[in-house]
Amino acid sequence: MNQANLTLKDFASDQEVRWCPGCGDYAILKTVQKLLPTLGRPRENQVFVSGIGCSSRFPYYMNTYGFHTIHGRAPAIATGVKLANPELDVWVITGDGDGLSIGGNHMMHTLRRNLDLQILLFNNEIYGLTKGQYSPTSRLGTRSPSSPAGSIDPPLSPCAVALGAGGAFVARSIDTHAKHLSAVIGAGHAHKGTAFIEILQNCPIYNDGIFEPVKDRATAPDFRVEVEHGKPIVFGRDGEKAIRLDRERLCLEVTGADAEDVLVHDESNPVLAQLLAAMGGPGFPIAIGVLYRHRQPSFDEEFSRRKGKSKEGNLAALLQSGNTWVVD
Amino acid sequence: MELTEEKLDERHLDEREVVDVVVRFAGDSGDGMQLTGANFTLATALYGNDLSTFPDFPAEIRAPVGATFGVSAFQIYFGSEDVTTAGDALDVLVAMNPAALATNLANVVDGGLVIADRGAFTAKNLAKAGYAANPLDDGSLAGHRLLDIDISAQALAAAEPFGLGHKASLRCKNMWTLGLVMWLFDRDLGATVNNLKTKFAKRPEIAGANIAALNAGHAFGETAELPSGIHVYRVPQARSAPGLYRNVTGTQALAWGLLAGAELSGIELLFASYPITPASNLLHELSNRGDFRVGTFQAEDEIAAVCTAIGASFAGSLGVTSSAGPGVALKSEGMSLAISTELPLLVIDTQRGGPSTGLPTKTEQSDLNMALFGRHGDTPLPVIAPATPPECFDMAREAVRLATGYMTPVMLLSDGYLANAAERWRIPRVEDLARTPVKFAGDSGEFRPSRRDPQSLARNWARPGTPGLEHRIGGIESDHDSGNISYEPANHQRMTDLRQAKIAGIAHDIPSQEVDQGAASGKLAVVGWGSTYGAIHQGVKRARGEGHDVSHIHVRHLCPLPRNLGELLGGFDAVLVPEMNTGQFARLLRAEYLLDVESLGKVSGQPFKIGEILAAIHAKCRKEGPAQ
Repeated sequence: MNQANLTLKDFASDQEVRWCPGCGDYAILKTVQKLLPTLGRPRENQVFVSGIGCSSRFPYYMNTYGFHTIHGRAPAIATGVKLANPELDVWVITGDGDGLSIGGNHMMHTLRRNLDLQILLFNNEIYGLTKGQYSPTSRLGTRSPSSPAGSIDPPLSPCAVALGAGGAFVARSIDTHAKHLSAVIGAGHAHKGTAFIEILQNCPIYNDGIFEPVKDRATAPDFRVEVEHGKPIVFGRDGEKAIRLDRERLCLEVTGADAEDVLVHDESNPVLAQLLAAMGGPGFPIAIGVLYRHRQPSFDEEFSRRKGKSKEGNLAALLQSGNTWVVD
Repeated sequence: MELTEEKLDERHLDEREVVDVVVRFAGDSGDGMQLTGANFTLATALYGNDLSTFPDFPAEIRAPVGATFGVSAFQIYFGSEDVTTAGDALDVLVAMNPAALATNLANVVDGGLVIADRGAFTAKNLAKAGYAANPLDDGSLAGHRLLDIDISAQALAAAEPFGLGHKASLRCKNMWTLGLVMWLFDRDLGATVNNLKTKFAKRPEIAGANIAALNAGHAFGETAELPSGIHVYRVPQARSAPGLYRNVTGTQALAWGLLAGAELSGIELLFASYPITPASNLLHELSNRGDFRVGTFQAEDEIAAVCTAIGASFAGSLGVTSSAGPGVALKSEGMSLAISTELPLLVIDTQRGGPSTGLPTKTEQSDLNMALFGRHGDTPLPVIAPATPPECFDMAREAVRLATGYMTPVMLLSDGYLANAAERWRIPRVEDLARTPVKFAGDSGEFRPSRRDPQSLARNWARPGTPGLEHRIGGIESDHDSGNISYEPANHQRMTDLRQAKIAGIAHDIPSQEVDQGAASGKLAVVGWGSTYGAIHQGVKRARGEGHDVSHIHVRHLCPLPRNLGELLGGFDAVLVPEMNTGQFARLLRAEYLLDVESLGKVSGQPFKIGEILAAIHAKCRKEGPAQ
């Protein structure tokens, strides 16, 4: 198939999409289907691997190779796909429960190894498919069927965890923020190594509106900041606010955009990335965009190099290696 | 049936020429007993004897010196007739310290030879082994031939010119002992000398000291005035089919069988595993084979290992994972996914004593039920088990054939004994091995993952990267026709039946069950599977020699069972199943064939002895009527 002529429709499968009306997953699906034809890679080389949960139905709706696997294990299965055929573009589709709770171990080690694949983690801060229990990213005090009096375990930050595990490309975006999301996923795809992308995604049934302050046009300027490499970290309706580093206490502070020491985003700085990943809470915006990007050798490159060194193994010679003797 | 043991009637060392001999080298974990045993094994193979070996080591890596729980041993049975076990009782025990003597003496035959390093029988070591008095002096070994030498001193003297220092020189005592045992059985030192030169190529002084100790031990035998009844014993060569031979352990044969299977099928292997005793050696062996079509991956856990293997199979390689019982249990959800999505996968279980951590370095066959039934849902898959170390080569290839030919996970059951034991192997000619080429869907025409071969019922397999074959698979039930998600009641029934029929149909594609020894019907069939082969073979052979009507049947395909097995077993008045568990295979046979199968279970972490099989046959024959 001529790659140049492919459109969004060529990447949509014939399966009826079965997410709830208003689910953020629709928007993400559309963005990915629209992005893929522009990546200049053959459709047959695209493989989507998912675990279990609402987000993990994603591969069924993509007209590419796809594998809907078991809970939490998508990164491990994707690892096998990539090692068996490094030519493939491998995408992991997972959620906050799938990727960070039951599958947290695989997530950590996949990031550490830096396999060349894209991990899209749909974070809706709730378990959807099992009907609304709190998840490892649910805010403290979340009332749910399994926490009627409010959850008592503090949440983790997916991007902070990814950075802690040695992730070399860590980014955050928003389900319905198509242009930004597309650019971030595209950058993740271009990155050689594991690209971890947290996508804030609304669950209209069990956790509706949780990201509304970040998404609503009226409030977003105060609640989110788009970081871009080399540019000052500025936000607010009129760009009047900014982020600076309190060098005494090694923490971020909100300041005026006209301040002298406004932080300039440097996506190669892992310490800054940690601070931005963790940023949020009263008075602070949350950061979206590429928080950290660092090129380092990917596992599959080294794996293929070693494996491909020689294919000269001679079976007969192997069986006869070492001490043998002849019986006449 | 209760496990009892008959002492085999053997006093081998009374003659100058003996048919077969069992030697056990025992010492501290750090005494180098495994290396000693390996070199003696090689010399014995080169001499022309048939042989079987059994390394028996503790779970502790370096136990405290002199402790009974730290005794590491290597046992070898060699002879001029077919040897299929590492032997029941010891003709020769090499005891490098009191703990080695204390833990092994009960197993030495009356009149057997004990070689002890007097230098290590210090007050401290004696106390650690629980001896109030020195057994070398108090007459408690009077029923045995005793060769009591200060081996430590002898080794130090031999190594002295090489200036290694006391500690390193003392390490040569295993080679001194080996030299002496080599003399005792007229073995050649050449291969060991070469091995030492290779092993210590960068430390010629260590090689030199060890070779000097080896030669000194040998010379000691030749020249010293030894007690009466201790002399050179000649074990005539075994009669063997012509060909090229080598020694091979089960692990080696399994690894090489996987490589051969991949080559003969034209497919790449991805071997994903997580370290666990006693399965890790397979990972090590394959990690050294980068020149073949195999990639090895040490995963973060057992689940990741099986999932990585499954991902590789989805991508068009053959995923292989390997573990022992506790690890295989963790893989079970992944295996069900591979069954549901009909992807090839090999799961190798090197069984060890269970449950839980159990006995990591000891052998057992208690994962059979797990292999057959231990998954959620109705999830049939083929289960096969090699019977001997060399057979691991054939069964690994068989596993590759079944997995790729039927698009199914396959479980191969090895065990701690099979993995570490070595036997002689007539090396097959590669050109004689059957080719089993893998077929992938081509890039023309409409593709559905659900299309299947009408004969084998295997679904077709499309490699990602092939244009036009883009498709989705997953663990949700799929429509029998389109392959898409389906929650239709009738479809789930149909797919469940289909999965069952596909595996059951493999029975038409495996060899009929043959009788290993004896008639195809009669009074008693002793039925085994896996590594019990050797002991059952010898037990039945001896019973038949006494005139008993008993046959040996050994099953390699445990699921599906060979089609004629039920009928075959029905032709016997009684069926006895010795196995290293509490009767799992016996229960399977009872359930499948409604036969009155009797179980002989053993779960001591040690393989069956010939005398235990023989005692059970005798008991059974007494019950069923007199010998013919």
